[in-house]
Amino acid sequence: MEAICEDNLDKDEVRERFGCVIGVKDVSFSVAEGEIFCIMGLSGSGKSTLIRHVNRLIEPTAGKVLIEGIDINGLNAAALRELRASRIGMVFQNMALMPHRTVRDNVAFALEVRGADRAGRRAVADRAINDVELGGWEDRYPDELSGGMQQRVGLARAIAADPHILLMDEPFSALDPLIRRQLQTQFMRLAAELRKTTLFITHDLDEAIRIGDRIAVMKDGVLIQTGTPEQIVTEPADDYVAEFVSGISKLHLVTAARIMEPLAKWEAKNGPYRADGALSAAPDATLDRLAELSIETDEPLAIKADGRVLGIVTKKALIRGIQGRSVEEAEV
Amino acid sequence: MAEDKSLNLLDPFTAIDLGIADWADGIKDWASANRDTIQPAKRAINDIIVGIDDIFQAIPPVVMILIIALLAWQLAGRRVGVIVVVALVALGLLDPRAWSLAMTTLAIVLSSVFVCMVIGLPLGILTAKSERLQTLLRPVLDTMQTIPAFVYLVPVVMLVGIGNVSGIIVTVIFALPPLIRLTALGIQQVDGNVVEAARAFGASPRQIMLKVELPLALPTIMAGVNQTIMLALSMVVIASMIAVKGLGNEVLRAMGRLDAGMAIVGGLGIVILAVVLDRISQGVAQTGRERGHRHWWEAGPVGVVLRAMRGPKAATQIAARSSAQAGKLQDITGPDKNEKGVNT
Ligand SMILES: Nc1ncnc2c1ncn2[C@@H]1O[C@H](COP(=O)(O)OP(=O)(O)OP(=O)(O)O)[C@@H](O)[C@H]1O
Ligand SMILES: [Mg+2]
Repeated sequence: MEAICEDNLDKDEVRERFGCVIGVKDVSFSVAEGEIFCIMGLSGSGKSTLIRHVNRLIEPTAGKVLIEGIDINGLNAAALRELRASRIGMVFQNMALMPHRTVRDNVAFALEVRGADRAGRRAVADRAINDVELGGWEDRYPDELSGGMQQRVGLARAIAADPHILLMDEPFSALDPLIRRQLQTQFMRLAAELRKTTLFITHDLDEAIRIGDRIAVMKDGVLIQTGTPEQIVTEPADDYVAEFVSGISKLHLVTAARIMEPLAKWEAKNGPYRADGALSAAPDATLDRLAELSIETDEPLAIKADGRVLGIVTKKALIRGIQGRSVEEAEV
Repeated sequence: MAEDKSLNLLDPFTAIDLGIADWADGIKDWASANRDTIQPAKRAINDIIVGIDDIFQAIPPVVMILIIALLAWQLAGRRVGVIVVVALVALGLLDPRAWSLAMTTLAIVLSSVFVCMVIGLPLGILTAKSERLQTLLRPVLDTMQTIPAFVYLVPVVMLVGIGNVSGIIVTVIFALPPLIRLTALGIQQVDGNVVEAARAFGASPRQIMLKVELPLALPTIMAGVNQTIMLALSMVVIASMIAVKGLGNEVLRAMGRLDAGMAIVGGLGIVILAVVLDRISQGVAQTGRERGHRHWWEAGPVGVVLRAMRGPKAATQIAARSSAQAGKLQDITGPDKNEKGVNT
């Protein structure tokens, strides 16, 4: 262990020298209350291993996990079970519903484990089932439901006990694109309502950008970059991340502030700027919005805040921005 | 011992005697030394078996058939109920003495199966959880299954003497392995993801066992119980060699007298008992949902009684709902319409 850290070996070297596999190594991050934190990475990059450390389904060899300030590795078995049943809800990639239990009994599992009485369990479970729009299916069995519905049961099971924290391990990966989008929308609506601290794992960057407040990119058990969706897309930390984000549409992610040329610089090149007549937008307007405006006029766009012009976006800069490159970079 | 026979390197075994046969003979001395503890225990167990037999004999055959048929209907469905009635009536018609002999055999077989379950289920569960125990137990189970029954017949008789108790012991030795194996297999086959999910929602090991692993392993465990019942029945002739009464004894006596008719009565009786027990235990392995109803109390005689008690209106509703649910197993979208139809 020490050798791995000291020599900073990577995954392949460790496998050669010690004959064991690194699941997750040297990963540190914190998630704020109510935040949706996406962890992204390709298959085998250690995402599932990482998330299973959060509720100690896997014991770490070294390191700490703090939940609301408490080191969960110090908890005894009973306290750990209580934490899992009441404070953490988990959704699994493969749904992992219990085939011998009805939808309602699946959803009520965490409460049943804690010894809640039957009527209370039923009320809570039915509310969670309604939250995921599965009302009327309470008495069915999982194998009578479609994949999308099963995953909604999984989600209902995770939120039923009203936990503070949601752990979601590629919840929508096994679904077809249309259903996936539908479920993402439903999840985002629920998330906005419930405001749970969420660790959301995915290997789909589109999904991460849509859902996440912040995104962390993982590779071979190591975190490569952590940032907002815009940061990840516009300032990829290395080639791996760049490769990842290259196919992503910047239209809804990148803002005017990032592609505009500051007023002073523009004036130095083109002479004094006359704002009259030019269309304007706020610094946080997306490229999509700028494109809309740009169609209306031949003039460069003015980016204004509090009535003051901050910078200029020319058509050229806008198109380069949509391509994901800056004007200078393209001209060199 | 090496003096009188010189060691021949090509055939060393005739010259070496490790005394395994003598060692086995030592059981006899041990048994006679511990006679005072073995015999009372034996008598107590024998009394239980004889008591069960007496109860079975005291119940009039028609009542017994009714009880078994209702049980079969509840546990395994109407079809099995009918099969059981036909089979048991045939058993009674075989011979005037056949029913009484069959009840004795049933008492022995059920007692053996009960003992097998008491030993086999916990052992199977432990085996599923412990790799060590599994490697330890595997050769033992292999031996129990393959060693000819006659080999342990003698030591068992030396230990406890002839009678019902030794009959049960030899039957358990022979019939136990599949129950342990299939219980362990059933639990190991439970989807690890589902167990992990249960853990993630705070279930304790005991809750995981009771709420997840055992229910999901039940069909496999019941297959083990079924195998055990069948093996126990197949031991009744051998057990009758050590003075166990019943159908097996009939076959044994027929063999001694070369009485084909008597042998056929005994043999057919055993086969019919096997069919009855097999169908019932296989039916239990099937979940209610496979037979088209939701809860066990919605089906069988209990279902009929409950429906009658709730009044005719509720009865038709439940009946319509369970038929709609049966239909849904094939078609998910269909039953919604059906259910609306019921309510209006
Ligand atoms: N039980 C295990 N024993 C040994 N190595 C394991 C085990 N489970 C996972 N690994 C290794 O840990 C690494 C990370 O696996 P993990 O399941 O966390 O990946 P993942 O990012 O979740 O992938 P996916 O997107 O396919 O779910 C892999 O290299 C894998 O080989
Ligand atoms: Mg995974």
